[in-house]
Amino acid sequence: MSESVEKVWERKDLLGIRDLDIWEIELILDTAESFLEISKRDIKKVPTLRGKTVITVFYEASTRTRVSFELAAKRLSADTVNISASTSSAKKGETLIDTARNLEAMAPDAIIMRHPIPGSSDLLGRHVRSSIINAGDGAHEHPTQALLDAMTIRQVKGGIAGLNISIIGDITHSRVARSNIYCLTKLGANVTIAGPATMIPTRVEEMGVRVVRTVREAIRDADVIMMLRIQRERQGKVLFPSDRDYARFFGLNLENMEEAKDDVTIMHPGPINRGVEISPEVADGPFSVILEQVTNGVAVRMAILYLLIGKGGSDEAAA
Amino acid sequence: MTEQDRLILSQEQANRIVSRLATQILEKNVNAAEVVLIGMRTGGIFLARLIQEKLKQLEGVAIPIGVLDITLYRDDISTTDQHHFVRKTEIPFSLNGRVVLLVDDVLHTGRSTRAALDAMMDFGRPKRVQLAVLVDRGERELPISPNFVGKTISIDENERVEVIFDDEGTLLGAVVRQHEQTPS
Repeated sequence: MSESVEKVWERKDLLGIRDLDIWEIELILDTAESFLEISKRDIKKVPTLRGKTVITVFYEASTRTRVSFELAAKRLSADTVNISASTSSAKKGETLIDTARNLEAMAPDAIIMRHPIPGSSDLLGRHVRSSIINAGDGAHEHPTQALLDAMTIRQVKGGIAGLNISIIGDITHSRVARSNIYCLTKLGANVTIAGPATMIPTRVEEMGVRVVRTVREAIRDADVIMMLRIQRERQGKVLFPSDRDYARFFGLNLENMEEAKDDVTIMHPGPINRGVEISPEVADGPFSVILEQVTNGVAVRMAILYLLIGKGGSDEAAA
Repeated sequence: MTEQDRLILSQEQANRIVSRLATQILEKNVNAAEVVLIGMRTGGIFLARLIQEKLKQLEGVAIPIGVLDITLYRDDISTTDQHHFVRKTEIPFSLNGRVVLLVDDVLHTGRSTRAALDAMMDFGRPKRVQLAVLVDRGERELPISPNFVGKTISIDENERVEVIFDDEGTLLGAVVRQHEQTPS
């Protein structure tokens, strides 16, 4: 249990990990652990958010995250409406704020948004009364992914403080990497990053991470290895010669796994490019927790919806 | 226990009541093997464990025990300003066809019991549900009646009953305590 006695969740929105306090992260993770059980029942539903409305607005393609949020809302008995960019008024030239105001006029309790522009969730949060949940804004933040990753690591390793966690791949274009760096360093992990030089941001050390030159170095001491998907859609230009070269120098495979610790844990936010950033043998191997990450994603999103719109979040009651 | 607290059950009295409850439960349930215990967080869990122990002593059977958190089934969750922390529900067995003995330390309005009944129905269809409480302070807001009651008392609205357990779950007694005044 976190040490957040007498601290009460008062946030309207979940926009990123950067501005969350440690006790808030721990509260989300503790709450999510309690929600895991609901997804294992025959009747996977509780009445907690009955009468609440949750809208998902995705301006970028996503199946996994959108479905995960939708399942989370439905398992709490909220009504859900999904809007994708291809069917939205954005195609007709409406601004984001106008879209949000029109959505709000329909009285949703929460709007979950994915948008290619960094900061778009913050903008929305300032203009609408509904709770805003950032489901990924450009290369900025993807807070629920970082939280489900932290939850998975906590389950497998029993805690996060003191662990060596390596994040490998396209750091520059990855909101997953950015949110994870904020989250894991706040929780006391030693974070190392590695990837092609073209994909490592300048001055990234200021975020409290160690940068190594080779994947083998990143693998060697790691308790957890987090592989990232190549963000082709956000790179804008060719940053490596070919998939084959990327796999050879920056992919995780059985050969370089020989350098890894005996009890290493392998993670990937999905969808995976099999044979490019991770080989099938490793992705499906005994150290992989990729599917556990997906399962935990629903529980984390249930916890966030509960905390934001379900009057959850006092640790006092738990004392 | 503070100076303002009024003792209503000593440790000895409280434990004697638990023994009596266990005996009554066996009298009413001839086939103890079909009974399962569900303790309602938090006091109900400790009490359910004590009843489980007594039943084992009396009948020699190990009755399965589950833990129920009713937070997600509360009927006031969206209407109060209070925030509620969700804790784990752990029912590692099927409730279908079983006699479920729901256990809580204090029964008051009946709203927690209603929430517990709703929650349980999402886990299966019990053959029968019975309710055991250590203290019934009355003033029901819903038509709910316990099957097994340790002690019935009537107290003022600004008072509450607190059943006291130590960290190991040892039952130390029960007191009536004034509701804490909220600073104006």
